[in-house]
Amino acid sequence: MKPTWRPGRWLIILPPLIFLFVFFLIPFAFAFKISFAEAAPRVPPFTDVISFTRDHHLQLSLTLGNYRYLLTDEVYGVAYLYSLRTAFFSTLICLLLGYPMAYAIARSPRSTQGLLLLIIMLPFWTSFLLRVYALEGIIRDNGFLNTALLHLGLISHPLRIMRTSLAVYLGIIYSYLPFMVLPLFATLEKLDPTLLEAAADLGSTPRRAFLDITLPLSLPGVIAGSMLVFIPAVGEFVIPSLLGGPNQLMIGRVLWDEFFGNHDWPVASAVAIAFLLLLVGPIAIYQYYNVRQLEA
Amino acid sequence: MERRSSAALFTVLFFGIALLYLPILVLIGYSFNASPLVNVWGGFSTAWYAQLLHNRPLLQAALLSLEVAVAASSGAVVLGTLAAIALVRFARFPGRLLLTGMVNAPLVMPEIITGITQLLLFVSMVQLFSWPHRGFTTIVLSHITFCTAYVTITVQARLAAADRSLEEAAQDLGASPARAFLEITLPIIAPAIISSWLLCFTLSLDDLVISSFVAGPGASTLPMVIYSKVKLGVSPDINALASLIVCAVGVCIIAAGWLVTRSDRRRALETQHAAAEHAAGRAPRSLTAPS
Repeated sequence: MKPTWRPGRWLIILPPLIFLFVFFLIPFAFAFKISFAEAAPRVPPFTDVISFTRDHHLQLSLTLGNYRYLLTDEVYGVAYLYSLRTAFFSTLICLLLGYPMAYAIARSPRSTQGLLLLIIMLPFWTSFLLRVYALEGIIRDNGFLNTALLHLGLISHPLRIMRTSLAVYLGIIYSYLPFMVLPLFATLEKLDPTLLEAAADLGSTPRRAFLDITLPLSLPGVIAGSMLVFIPAVGEFVIPSLLGGPNQLMIGRVLWDEFFGNHDWPVASAVAIAFLLLLVGPIAIYQYYNVRQLEA
Repeated sequence: MERRSSAALFTVLFFGIALLYLPILVLIGYSFNASPLVNVWGGFSTAWYAQLLHNRPLLQAALLSLEVAVAASSGAVVLGTLAAIALVRFARFPGRLLLTGMVNAPLVMPEIITGITQLLLFVSMVQLFSWPHRGFTTIVLSHITFCTAYVTITVQARLAAADRSLEEAAQDLGASPARAFLEITLPIIAPAIISSWLLCFTLSLDDLVISSFVAGPGASTLPMVIYSKVKLGVSPDINALASLIVCAVGVCIIAAGWLVTRSDRRRALETQHAAAEHAAGRAPRSLTAPS
């Protein structure tokens, strides 16, 4: 790196650094602060955590009540566990479905790879809300699937999928599958095919070669893809709200209801902070593999 | 590997693709159904599309969403490109790790958390500086935040792949670093910038959760209006609207993909050309000085 261009450097670095710092990082500090406030019928609807008394003394009024509430009210624990379980199994199914897809794309001829990737990418960029809505058109009681199955005489009563956990699983898998395929493809594509040939020459069966070579080498993609599905899926709101029923209580939905339904901003902040603590591990893993992959 | 396992792989691939596309195709089919009942085919009709034109709140929301999308993707492209340049070109600077983290984290952060935390920031800012008022401004600011990440990742990859020797040559010939960058490297990364603008545009147009938090009581974006309608059940005019949006976004994305592949292909061709000329023992035409 030449030592020139030094003052100009900061003109490039500072705008994104400051913008993201103010509008992405600082907000967490405010949420943290407000999670210690109490709901109050005013604008904005919570008490001051930091205030000045009449004689200019700084006054801190913190309450742990919101966090205590999270621990005592069963709804939150149930919602956290349900979210984690749903996200975990959806991620697993996405992986089982996405791996062969990514592998097939990586092994197809270069000329068709671009087209196949575009086909996978297209729904990924298409409106998320509308895709969930479109899925509802398929799985609802009088939807496409039931109408087709009834016509074919395969069932005599419509299958009940909407408002069940199955609907939430289908929604997450349908919406997040491209997130799994793309990072997997990125690692599988880089795989050196001569390694597999060498293994075959040395007498290894294709299955053995896959388990000993392909799978371990694609591990960064497996982890990146899994995190890209798992983390947003835990916090999913639209899918349980549109496809799930009252029993499919996910944490995103609880937070939304607390905020828009009960107007309890401090409890909603506490839910968000507790949720974030839960995600620190997965996000750190994702960042670690992401940085490593960029540097590779 | 044997042909059999290959066939199995492609079966899964096509099954997966069918899973991704079937719901959208069925939705588009429904949108032309004359009957308002989803399970009865009442003949082909474009009546639901015509009805959209008379839905004022929907059109207003669509206009707001388009304005937000243009503003947010333009802002994000500037910030994201700057961040990409910083991360690729400056190997070491204070805050590099912080910038990397802040660029990547919004990609995985659940929208619901980003939404609520940003709202709390805006509300506190209003108390302190009486700015920004909730509505257009706050939606744009929060959309810029999550869009910047996508721009940086796209441009970063492109910039890292770009050949620096040309820029260095320009500098050796006396161009200032800024001029060398603008005239040599910017054209190379331009397709990535344009395609990430289009991607941000669609992401912003689509966002429901973050907008719902930061929009405030006065403003409604298109996804917010759609969500409140969809929550009540399937409705035929939303089918029509959804089909329109899906097709418009599809065109945007295909255009973005086409831009990138086209410029890739052209560059590959130019490189081949130069290599061929070099092999033929001639200097590339552009560098031959007139004698």
